[in-house]
Amino acid sequence: MVVFDKPKALADVPLHYCPGCTHGIVHRLVAEAIDEFDIEGRTIGIAPVGCSVMAYDYFNCDMIEAAHGRAPAVATGVKRADPSKIVFTYQGDGDLASIGMAETVHAAARNENITVIFINNAIYGMTGGQMAPTSLPGQVTQTSPYGRDVKLCGFPVKVCEMLSRLDGAEYIERVAVNNIKNINAAKKAIKKAFQNQIEGKGFSLIEVISSCPTNWGLTPQNALKWIDEKMIPYYPLGVYKDRSAEGVRLV
Amino acid sequence: MADKVLMKGNEAIAEAAIIAGCRHYFGYPITPQTEVAAYMAKKMPKIGGTFLQAESEIAAINMVYGVSSAGKRVMTSSSSPGISLKSEGLSYLAGADLPAFVVNVQRGGPGLGGIQPSQSDYFQATRGGGHGDYHMVVYAPASVQEMASLTVKAFETADKYRMTSMILADGTMGQMMEPVDLESLKVNPAPEKPWATTGTDKKREHNIINSLYLKPEQLEKVNFERYERYKTVEANEVMYEEYLMDDAEICVAAFGIAARVSKNAINAAREKGIKVGMIRPITLWPFPKDVFKNAAEKVHTFISVELSMGQMIEDVKLATECKAKYVLCNRVGGMIPLPEQVLADIEEAAKGGEL
Repeated sequence: MVVFDKPKALADVPLHYCPGCTHGIVHRLVAEAIDEFDIEGRTIGIAPVGCSVMAYDYFNCDMIEAAHGRAPAVATGVKRADPSKIVFTYQGDGDLASIGMAETVHAAARNENITVIFINNAIYGMTGGQMAPTSLPGQVTQTSPYGRDVKLCGFPVKVCEMLSRLDGAEYIERVAVNNIKNINAAKKAIKKAFQNQIEGKGFSLIEVISSCPTNWGLTPQNALKWIDEKMIPYYPLGVYKDRSAEGVRLV
Repeated sequence: MADKVLMKGNEAIAEAAIIAGCRHYFGYPITPQTEVAAYMAKKMPKIGGTFLQAESEIAAINMVYGVSSAGKRVMTSSSSPGISLKSEGLSYLAGADLPAFVVNVQRGGPGLGGIQPSQSDYFQATRGGGHGDYHMVVYAPASVQEMASLTVKAFETADKYRMTSMILADGTMGQMMEPVDLESLKVNPAPEKPWATTGTDKKREHNIINSLYLKPEQLEKVNFERYERYKTVEANEVMYEEYLMDDAEICVAAFGIAARVSKNAINAAREKGIKVGMIRPITLWPFPKDVFKNAAEKVHTFISVELSMGQMIEDVKLATECKAKYVLCNRVGGMIPLPEQVLADIEEAAKGGEL
């Protein structure tokens, strides 16, 4: 008897992610949601630029690779072309909260009926560990070698806190994937973000606090601890906005 | 004869796009193309289409990328500074082999420049505009009627070759009003798009819209293949108008508003017995190289009339292998050459004098 299997929406190919990176977990949670709603055949995913750029090879649904930061605009186009389709973006912190900030904020302000999965690991992974808009004060990166000096380069961007102030945003939650309890909560949140879209409720964004052992210079285990000790205190988990009980605003 | 309606060039583009089956428009306000967006904002909701004012030109072109990925006819319009912002998207559209229709109603530049007519985005348009090796099919209308007919043509070319087609108009073409016959516009339905990301329906392998190729051998291959396709475009899609070229010894090269001004000058010169004609490229890429090359057999001077510091003149020289004499007759910054200026250059050329 099979008690544990790969989700059908996830391709049966090796992922390129580093050992201990939590992208794989989040990919799985997204794929499980797609399976559970049985929407693979009408789902279109938008991959970002960054570590998860090749997500288009990992999901079995139709996939589009967007320019850096532009995934919410591309998703807007896909969704407007056929609102019966389920459209999600999968973006990192540099993509979503730096270069793509305008696209993110305005997709939320429009209450675009899409699902955004936002991976916050406080660093640019693909290019080798530069300071991200979400890098913590004092965090050492390749481009903040003496630690992020807030006097020099400002403060981290708290995406959930910011977007939850927008009238357009429907559902904004921050989760983490560094232990079983958090993964279960993340799974529930991601599923709800898809459910909202299926029900026509509008813009849902799940920020997933993730690890980058390679560029943090930590072992995979210590990276998960670092999430508890450093990341979550700065980026508290929880629901920042949820209008989903108030019914459908979109016509 | 079909009824004609009086329209602005910008409105003609919008209506022709709707006739061509475009139901998705994304834009960002900029002068002098505002009427395209205004027209779409009024019309699209009434015909089940999408008009969306994006947060930026960058967002607008990426929304175009999304709709095109989903296999539908889609457009955006802008003016020079806005096209610079869209250039990132133009490069990605080319890299992902997506069809799209983009309008540039040019204004003077560089920088914020001005809001008056210009043709100084010729290099940007005919050389692609964004990064990487690619081309767009570039149409240069010289009447409001052509703003409409070339819009329909542009949608078809984009779909046929899976590339971006552009109307490169100038502020004059966008703003002037002329009678237009819309009824005679013939539209071929969009072809099947089996590559589009419309959902697998679990009946096929997943489609991927992508421009990333990390293996250089692969990236080289797709570039070579794309340029093979461009060769077909160059063979099949060249458009131009020849005016009084049969016995011409002097050839004016001009497109858009410059061609209309030049026609007046050529008529005046003909009355003075000067053998002058005009080649008006309607496609700027592919450029009508052959007709210029053939003309060079009997033409001693080419006068390139442009609203730029001399951009198309380089293509004229290339096409004619620098065999003739070349004169640039131009105004820039939103100024338009008068027929008298063109006529003076024609008369000077007829004397065989150095200009």
